[in-house]
Amino acid sequence: MSPKPSAKTLYDKIWDAHVAHEADDGTCLLYIDRHLVHEVTSPQAFEGLRMSNRKVRAPEKTIAVPDHNVPTTMGRENPASMTEESRIQVEALDKNAREFGVHYYPVSDIRQGIVHIVGPEQGWTLPGMTVVCGDSHTATHGAFGALAHGIGTSEVEHVLATQTLIQKKSKNMKVEITGQLRPGVTAKDITLSVIGATGTAGGTGYVIEYCGEAIRSLSMEGRMTVCNMAIEGGARAGLIAPDETTYAYVKGRPHAPKGAQWEAAMDWWKTLYSDDDAHWDKVVTIRGEDIEPVVTWGTSPEDVLPISALVPSPDQFKGGKVDAVKRSLDYMGLTAGQKLTDIEIDTVFIGSCTNGRIEDLRAAAAILKGKKVKDGMRAMVVPGSGLVRAQAEEEGLAQIFQDAGFEWRLAGCSMCLAMNPDQLAEGERCASTSNRNFEGRQGYKGRTHLVSPAMAAAAAVTGKLTDVREMM
Amino acid sequence: MDKFENFSGIAAPMPLVNIDTDMIIPKVFLKTIKRSGLGVNLFDEMRYDRQGNEIPDFVLNKPAYRDAQILIAGDNFGCGSSREHAPWALADFGIKVIVSTSFADIFYNNCFKNGMLPVVLPQEQVDVLMKDAEKGANARIDVNLEAQTITTSDGETFSFEVDSFKKHCLLEGLDDIGLTLEKAASIDTFEAQAAQARPWV
Ligand code: SF4
Repeated sequence: MSPKPSAKTLYDKIWDAHVAHEADDGTCLLYIDRHLVHEVTSPQAFEGLRMSNRKVRAPEKTIAVPDHNVPTTMGRENPASMTEESRIQVEALDKNAREFGVHYYPVSDIRQGIVHIVGPEQGWTLPGMTVVCGDSHTATHGAFGALAHGIGTSEVEHVLATQTLIQKKSKNMKVEITGQLRPGVTAKDITLSVIGATGTAGGTGYVIEYCGEAIRSLSMEGRMTVCNMAIEGGARAGLIAPDETTYAYVKGRPHAPKGAQWEAAMDWWKTLYSDDDAHWDKVVTIRGEDIEPVVTWGTSPEDVLPISALVPSPDQFKGGKVDAVKRSLDYMGLTAGQKLTDIEIDTVFIGSCTNGRIEDLRAAAAILKGKKVKDGMRAMVVPGSGLVRAQAEEEGLAQIFQDAGFEWRLAGCSMCLAMNPDQLAEGERCASTSNRNFEGRQGYKGRTHLVSPAMAAAAAVTGKLTDVREMM
Repeated sequence: MDKFENFSGIAAPMPLVNIDTDMIIPKVFLKTIKRSGLGVNLFDEMRYDRQGNEIPDFVLNKPAYRDAQILIAGDNFGCGSSREHAPWALADFGIKVIVSTSFADIFYNNCFKNGMLPVVLPQEQVDVLMKDAEKGANARIDVNLEAQTITTSDGETFSFEVDSFKKHCLLEGLDDIGLTLEKAASIDTFEAQAAQARPWV
């Protein structure tokens, strides 16, 4: 192995602080500080522990919450509100969480919500930590300067049993967003634009650190939106170095350190940045001023264009992508050359771990205030957690949504992946604040356009994909 | 886990790029609490119509490919969700090897945990294998993990890279957790040091 350079990236620093064992070939056991668990990817892992008579090594570092299957309508405590299979999964989590003694937020708890919203909200996610979950959007927690990534169920079992993961180090990639965003442009537009520029495999093999003035200016909510979709760019994880914005968000949260521990933590957190002369394996720079409000037109998150653009034609692409574009235009029911702003939609979904936080709801409500959802449209808001929901009610946002004609739901993943009853019907077209526009993601033959919360609200009013700047 | 043995098998061509895990196993099948039995629902929405009838055009429904053990796929295979149900479904169907120009990270790791070998090759070589696979059931492709080679029915051989630890585990059918627990002393030491250095965690 080549000698380690003394200048380190943020990723290098967190990695080095968590290697519990390193084999000669560079395979490491990475110690895991926080393990988040939900009902879909964990039953087989807990079953595996039981079958081999193993325990959860660190139940105090393990947090479980049901989110993917749970209905988001009132009365969901009643088991009859779920399909048999969903109920079995949620009940399995309930049983496993209690039996193995991990922290647990059941549906009846106001703190329940999407696992990636609950973790930061409760102060489980802190700078410099390693965080994993059997869910690809674990990347969200990178917003705190935590090394956070998704794992498969076998790895969930591995972490439960050993509190470590077998890992080899990824390469370092820097994504710099310089300058300032223009009005109407949000964190969602940043993250989609980056994927548009690098492609969904552009980050494969890398951990991305997002930096630059435009990133520094984002709130924690916005930073979580950016890191959330690092996985859509193929990266193992996304990171943003902690700063005053981070500390202010973390301070006082139920599981954040207090008193002398807070001071000690701050001493370490303040060393968590990439050194000036650190080595980057890949660098991408985008001018903040060049980013426009964007939408996706196809069935891959890289199929992204400014709202002012036209639907592209397959012959603008190369290689295997030509057929993929033909297939996705056909699936999406679009014709090349069509204006994106002429695309009519029938459903609007605001929610998910990408855009289900309070600031997202504020941005959407700001557009909707005093307006109505277009006749015949279905529009719903699904807050990311029970606490987000409560805060939105207190701030009067819930009223704005309801007055406009939105359904005001309980917390969960909902139509982000449509495992619960919230689904698109065949051929329905949705402006969605979630993160994946794959075929069938929001329902069999459903069509998804990914947008920011403000763009989703604008689309709800006009019934078409709309440039939100015209409504500001 | 079974040991990974060298074999010669039928390869199914799937040139589409960005085949995501939602395509490999749609979410309706994630509600199981078991690992087995997902093979019939592999590629469900591409493989069956709404009534549950097979779509004859879909590659794995064609008589030549019903017993395929190898997939030759377009770029960025397995992107999207971390669901291990995707490799479970592939393995349950009988797939042992997937060849592409690149794989999504989590999917790539998940394959090894389930005794499957993902092989990354450059575009030109994947193109050759794709052509070979298109010939149907008579074109059997050889996979040799020890030698790290894959050989077309015409005898053209390509070498591939694989992490030595992952290779060792596949060949020996080793259980990761058992291996890690042998290093429990290192984990204990680390944990004790970390508790001193970062007591707030
Ligand atoms: S909101 Fe969507 S992306 Fe996020 S955890 Fe739930 S299903 Fe996954």
